[in-house]
Amino acid sequence: MAKKTLNIVESAYRAVMEEQDDTILWLLAAMQGAGAEHTVLLRGNAVNYAVAGQGAPGLTIGGWKQTQAPRMDNDIVDLIEKRKIPVLVIREDLAARGIERGELVPGVELLSAKMLPKRMAEYEIVSHW
Amino acid sequence: MPQKTFAIALMDPPYESENLTTAFRILGVMAQRGHNLNVFAYEGASGLAFTRQAPHPNPVHGKNVAEENHPTTKDQVVALLALAAQNGGKVDWVNCGMCVDERGVGEFAAGRRGSPADFHAFCEASDNVLAIPTK
Repeated sequence: MAKKTLNIVESAYRAVMEEQDDTILWLLAAMQGAGAEHTVLLRGNAVNYAVAGQGAPGLTIGGWKQTQAPRMDNDIVDLIEKRKIPVLVIREDLAARGIERGELVPGVELLSAKMLPKRMAEYEIVSHW
Repeated sequence: MPQKTFAIALMDPPYESENLTTAFRILGVMAQRGHNLNVFAYEGASGLAFTRQAPHPNPVHGKNVAEENHPTTKDQVVALLALAAQNGGKVDWVNCGMCVDERGVGEFAAGRRGSPADFHAFCEASDNVLAIPTK
């Protein structure tokens, strides 16, 4: 049985245009496919990944065009629905950014920062990205 | 708008930050407007034009190479030079020689090998300077 791992993702939108995804969420999805048992917790600026309907236009330089620009909200839905990776979001970090629960993709679980230590105790490995 | 000449320093490596996407958006507009761009690709940015970059499939996305259409920064550099030329501008893209040696990225799809002396010359000849450093 794989070790239960909580992945606290705080770095946000780092290289997502060049990679067409978030490198950590991608890594976790790939590891899950290899048998890992991951949970994702979004905190800080990364809580914005859970906001539905986001996106950026692909980069265009003259005749060169990016056709597969990232959609972070879709990637969160993919984690939850396809990979069966629970995604938690820190409630206070949403509030600090003026993001309402109704703006988020379905399936994410809100967690108070006060409850985080207790939650962390449920995991064998905690990684802070 | 009269043609201007800009000196630009880039420092981030490809595939590591959003700084270069921002830089390419700005440089693309400059090239579209026919300005001259003198770019010094320093440290990690010296790998931007490395010719052996290759797009790859993405099994997590469930896409093959063509479907994923993964961007490579070498293609972006080549496109930038072409765009400038189409609009009457010129790009002198200099890859820091010692930086490419450290990284083994001395084969360029575009640009030339150079040194900090080139950036000094770029600054002296410029109407303005834009430095986008690694933070």
